[in-house]
Amino acid sequence: MMQYFWAFVVGGAICVMGQLLIDYTALTPARILTGYVVAGVLLSAVGLYDPLAEFAGAGASVPLLGFGHLLAQGVVKAVDTVGLPGIFTGGLTAAAGGIAASLVFGVLAALVGKSHDQN
Amino acid sequence: MKLDPERYAKMIRDALPHSPVMNDCLWAFFVGGGICLVGEILRQSWMLLYDQEMAGTLTSISLILLSALVTLPGWYQKLGAKAGAGTLVPITGFANSVVSAAIEFKAEGWVTGVGARIFIIAGPVIAYGTLASWVWGIVYWIMGKF
Amino acid sequence: MTVRKGDTLIFDTPPVIRVWASAGGKKEAEGPLAEGFDLLFPDASFRSCKWEQAESILQQKCVERCLKKAGLDPDQIDLAFAGDLQAQCTASNYTMRALGAPYAGLYGACSTMAEGLSLAACFAAAGYARQVLAFTSSHFCAAERQFRTPLDYGGKRPPTAQWTATAAGACILSPGGSGVSVHSVTLGRVQDYDVHDISNMGAAMMPAAVSTLVHHFEDTDSVPADYDAVFTGDLGEVGTGLLHRQMHAEGYDLTNHRDCGCLLYNVARQQVQAGGSGAGCSAAVLCAYVLPRLADGRWKRVLFLSTGALMSQTTYLQGESIPGIAHAVELRAQNGADGVREG
Repeated sequence: MMQYFWAFVVGGAICVMGQLLIDYTALTPARILTGYVVAGVLLSAVGLYDPLAEFAGAGASVPLLGFGHLLAQGVVKAVDTVGLPGIFTGGLTAAAGGIAASLVFGVLAALVGKSHDQN
Repeated sequence: MKLDPERYAKMIRDALPHSPVMNDCLWAFFVGGGICLVGEILRQSWMLLYDQEMAGTLTSISLILLSALVTLPGWYQKLGAKAGAGTLVPITGFANSVVSAAIEFKAEGWVTGVGARIFIIAGPVIAYGTLASWVWGIVYWIMGKF
Repeated sequence: MTVRKGDTLIFDTPPVIRVWASAGGKKEAEGPLAEGFDLLFPDASFRSCKWEQAESILQQKCVERCLKKAGLDPDQIDLAFAGDLQAQCTASNYTMRALGAPYAGLYGACSTMAEGLSLAACFAAAGYARQVLAFTSSHFCAAERQFRTPLDYGGKRPPTAQWTATAAGACILSPGGSGVSVHSVTLGRVQDYDVHDISNMGAAMMPAAVSTLVHHFEDTDSVPADYDAVFTGDLGEVGTGLLHRQMHAEGYDLTNHRDCGCLLYNVARQQVQAGGSGAGCSAAVLCAYVLPRLADGRWKRVLFLSTGALMSQTTYLQGESIPGIAHAVELRAQNGADGVREG
């Protein structure tokens, strides 16, 4: 059961960090997201993110930091197997599922949906 | 006029309304944490059928589908208006940015609207994430040479 | 003879706003000014899948109502001044395609109502046109998808942000007749105090409001207390606070000031952050709230400003600051003499 608890707490805490950046800095959400992914790559590169992902599961992999971690891990795996060309193929290969799903569901949603007034 | 840009900048800073930070953070924590909890439940379920890596990918795909379904009736926007980073930071926020752009720009055509502008918000995330992973790949490859 | 004093044109024979009409959407219908509106549409999409066209339909309904109140056919309109927030002012262009009257398109961002009203008043006063139409609008959805994010994108607005009104206002002016007279107009100068925050338009536009107000008071030798009310367009709560501070520093007491952005919605309850904005905001407040009070004599003399932010999405992304502009129109009830508050 504890893995669910830590997924909730760690995931929530990562979101709170993002909220603090929104409230206390002039950073726009688009910049924060971009920053989170790059930070995820960095944290993964220095070996900090893997232990967190082991500990918190989806709490670490679902926030966009986890997307960066995924890209970094993918590159490592590809470089280990094919060498230098892996720097080009590794990242997006690892992220392919998420990106393809977003695109497919996005276009399908456009087929059936329409945009809404926010009032 | 007894106003100059520097003095005015200070005047604006003094007049800025404060964000209700505590309230914002509670929303972000519970909604963001909740989405991750759903993610963990999905991940554990997928691990009954697949290995850990594929289960992770399938978790992302499931959450993206859920996000698309919640975006369609306009509910993700309503939740996001309150939850802030709680709906922004998880992968569901990434999916929402893609799905909402696809829906929005349908009016400008399937190719020039949906196709061209689908990544209008999510594009930078993929571009700089990929670039960062490429740089890390070079570093990792060089490190492997020693 | 119309005389020019400083930046202000003072009409010898004041032109008259003979009729006016206002239209709004759902949030406007839930706001405190709802009962003043001529038309309210709970569904402001008008079943169109294009928000830009929906805005044009909103305008057309508003203009049609205005013509009906005036008992005029579209071909009796000599000239129309109109604009909106869409790129190339397309909402107004399509409305005028339907209407067919001679048309001069304007881009004054949220200042368009006072800009159009000023030009219409000049043309009517000079006798260049007998029936002059001035209208503008804004539509939340059209503005949101053009300037910010897709409508179904989940994001939290900062507390300085303002809510683009889904609203339109239209006026018909003539050289004479009964209605509300336009006594003077002050077209503003662009002011830029290096504000870059696109989520704080009130702050970006405030210096323009101050500039135009000061010019107008100096040119007409008046003070705020000479008016029953002084209206600004859409400074919102943040911009209003800044305006009061700066006008105080300039030596003016603005106790009878109201901001259209703070009036159109219940700012505390309707989740509009710092208040309303958009060209339709001041247009609708003018037509649903200000003009009726001048027409029935509750007010004698009002100064009406619309404030606009003149950047584009491109210049904003290129890091340029946000220039502001404000235009002022002095309105008077016809039955009263001087604008002295009579309780």
